[in-house]
Amino acid sequence: MAATTETIEQVKQATGKYKYGFVTDIETDKAPKGLNEDIIRFISAKKDEPEWMLDWRLKAFRRWQTMSSPDWAKLDIPPIDYQDSYYYSAPKSAEKLKSLDEVDPELLATYEKLGIPLNEQKMLANVAVDAVFDSVSVATTFREELSKAGVIFCPISEAIRDYPELVRRYLGSVVPVGDNYFAALNSAVFTDGSFVYIPKGVRCPMELSTYFRINEQNTGQFERTLIIAEDESYVSYLEGCTAPQRDENQLHAAVVELVALKDAEIKYSTVQNWYPGDENGKGGIYNFVTKRGVCRGDRSKISWTQVETGSAITWKYPSCVLRGKDSVGEFYSVALTNNMQQADTGTKMIHIGEGSRSTIISKGISAGRSQNCYRGLVHMQPTAEDARNFTQCDSLLIGDKCGAHTVPYIVSRNPSAKIEHEATTSRISEDQLFYCLQRGIGEEDAVSLIVNGFCKEVMKELPMEFAVEAQKLIGISLEGSVG
Amino acid sequence: MTALLEIRDLHASVGETPILKGINLTINAGEVHAIMGPNGSGKSTMSYVLAGRDGYEVTGGDILMNGESMLEMEPDERARAGMFLAFQYPVELPGVGGMSFLRAAVNARRVEAGEEEIDQLGFVKIVREKARLLGISDEMLKRAVNVGFSGGEKKRYEILQMALLEPRMAVLDETDSGLDVDALRIVSEGVNLLRDPGRAMLVITHYQRLLNHIVPDYVHILAGGRVRKTGGKELALEVEESGYAGIDDAA
Ligand SMILES: Nc1ncnc2c1ncn2[C@@H]1O[C@H](COP(=O)(O)OP(=O)(O)OP(=O)(O)O)[C@@H](O)[C@H]1O
Ligand SMILES: [Mg+2]
Repeated sequence: MAATTETIEQVKQATGKYKYGFVTDIETDKAPKGLNEDIIRFISAKKDEPEWMLDWRLKAFRRWQTMSSPDWAKLDIPPIDYQDSYYYSAPKSAEKLKSLDEVDPELLATYEKLGIPLNEQKMLANVAVDAVFDSVSVATTFREELSKAGVIFCPISEAIRDYPELVRRYLGSVVPVGDNYFAALNSAVFTDGSFVYIPKGVRCPMELSTYFRINEQNTGQFERTLIIAEDESYVSYLEGCTAPQRDENQLHAAVVELVALKDAEIKYSTVQNWYPGDENGKGGIYNFVTKRGVCRGDRSKISWTQVETGSAITWKYPSCVLRGKDSVGEFYSVALTNNMQQADTGTKMIHIGEGSRSTIISKGISAGRSQNCYRGLVHMQPTAEDARNFTQCDSLLIGDKCGAHTVPYIVSRNPSAKIEHEATTSRISEDQLFYCLQRGIGEEDAVSLIVNGFCKEVMKELPMEFAVEAQKLIGISLEGSVG
Repeated sequence: MTALLEIRDLHASVGETPILKGINLTINAGEVHAIMGPNGSGKSTMSYVLAGRDGYEVTGGDILMNGESMLEMEPDERARAGMFLAFQYPVELPGVGGMSFLRAAVNARRVEAGEEEIDQLGFVKIVREKARLLGISDEMLKRAVNVGFSGGEKKRYEILQMALLEPRMAVLDETDSGLDVDALRIVSEGVNLLRDPGRAMLVITHYQRLLNHIVPDYVHILAGGRVRKTGGKELALEVEESGYAGIDDAA
């Protein structure tokens, strides 16, 4: 019997006997394969969610069933059998290794190259850490400091239970359940993610990153993040990790929603290094992400910075809806593809507010036989009096078997709005490479230097602690692409 | 005594075109040699061939450093072995911070020599000191490599790199062109400071003027891909007065 039919059978049996499919079986760690309303009820019950949350998920699921997978991107996506996946499994607590000696030496070599501190290497490789660096206590210290400032930072499943009014008010307010195929899927089945709330006038006392790195390694396949910055508040959030990440689930469909109120600023940085598959494109993760922020308040600001080097296929357009007067949206992106990777990524800047401004700096690097596409929309609505956009899209090609594409969409419904677009495509010149070699710098280091130079404007937007690692990551991701 | 650099009957082509047609040259440690010659005679080509640049194919002869052939070595290996080329036209590296570039170069050499990598703070101090002697401002050090540098600034930056990398064999390709009188003096003084019994230099120039500052032990005239004439520093004066007319191409 095929896995799919098997699942349907199981579900039928279960639902025939019990009203709520798996509810009686809540002690199990895994829902059976497949996707249907009972699976969603099971997830919701597992998470101990209120009724409204379940309804919300079901509504999303029903929408999803009427939708189809987007096909407009310049991506070659193999068909995905959604019934042939698991949608819930309890987070595994893999057995801790005793020391770094037990870890795959190749993985350690990569950590070393990235310059990841020893203790964090241990965390990442699932090695028990010594008392000096107890992750639990570090996390607790962070939490205390945050709560003193009134900042809420917790798993979204916790927020649904503890701060239902906030979650109900904002969840899906930026990315509605039926926004797109993958967002609908995420809304139906998301398992966890982060919730951040910064109260009025508070400047979040730390980068929300270190904590993240230590605690949220197993966020799973359908991650959901919601960040709310009240009037005059500020937060900088960093997602992801330079260390190579593997996952048994091929499909990742996250949703991130940001809400910035009056004079608030949210800086959201991502370093994404999911397993890209082998040189022939075998294996590798599909990363289909919906990220959007709304600048609701006047003079609010949302800034996306992303360094994307991983995944077999990337479909991702972190966007800003600039509602507030004089609000500001920024998108800084480095997308690097090598071997058989495909990326279709960019942004949308929707200008509604008077005097709203946006900046888009996109750096695409293609090597190997990869395909790298920038796709971006700048939309000036009739109300966007005196709005401005500046877009710069640069592509760098390494070798002659890869592709770089730029697809800018521009819609202007207000004659006073100004839009500037610049685009370049270049190759690493032999002159530049020889100049570096002549100074004794090896070929791979030389390419890494030149490519990092190319990405400079974006890299400098990253929080300091990650900029150095991200730079090294660029070099590592290009290994084997020259010579 | 083994020569620091020995070029033996060197033939080299660019693409299908033969450019170097049998160059012989022996340079000992501590010596400064000058090379003059008409435009297109193959001076820069020779410097690239010495450095091992891709696309410059050696079709005959040999290049030996300390008695060992370098022909099989990659450009970066040759550089780390002590071969340095001050470019006639230094290349811009947009976005590549000068300090990180210089440090990468110095550390590549140190790692090869089994030494510790130099730390950032210590390095900045050393660079500043050497830069000051060459009239290179701190502001210039902060910029991306060669980006927005004037012609003269680029040349000074080449000499700064030479000072930091302390090569055994330095080839300076028209380091004097584009320099004003004061810059010429500053750069020459910088180069003279680097004269050392363990180091040799090959100075390519069109002008006798430079050789008043950097006084060579030998002057060679290159024409048509071969060394046509060799003499002392007075040969440069001769060229200055009567041009290359007296040098027989067919010789
Ligand atoms: N990449 C190339 N392809 C074809 N011909 C080349 C190439 N590089 C150099 N040449 C030719 O080789 C010859 C020597 O050039 P080279 O640059 O070495 O001269 P040079 O002596 O340095 O001249 P100058 O004094 O003008 O700097 C010239 O005829 C030039 O056109
Ligand atoms: Mg020349």
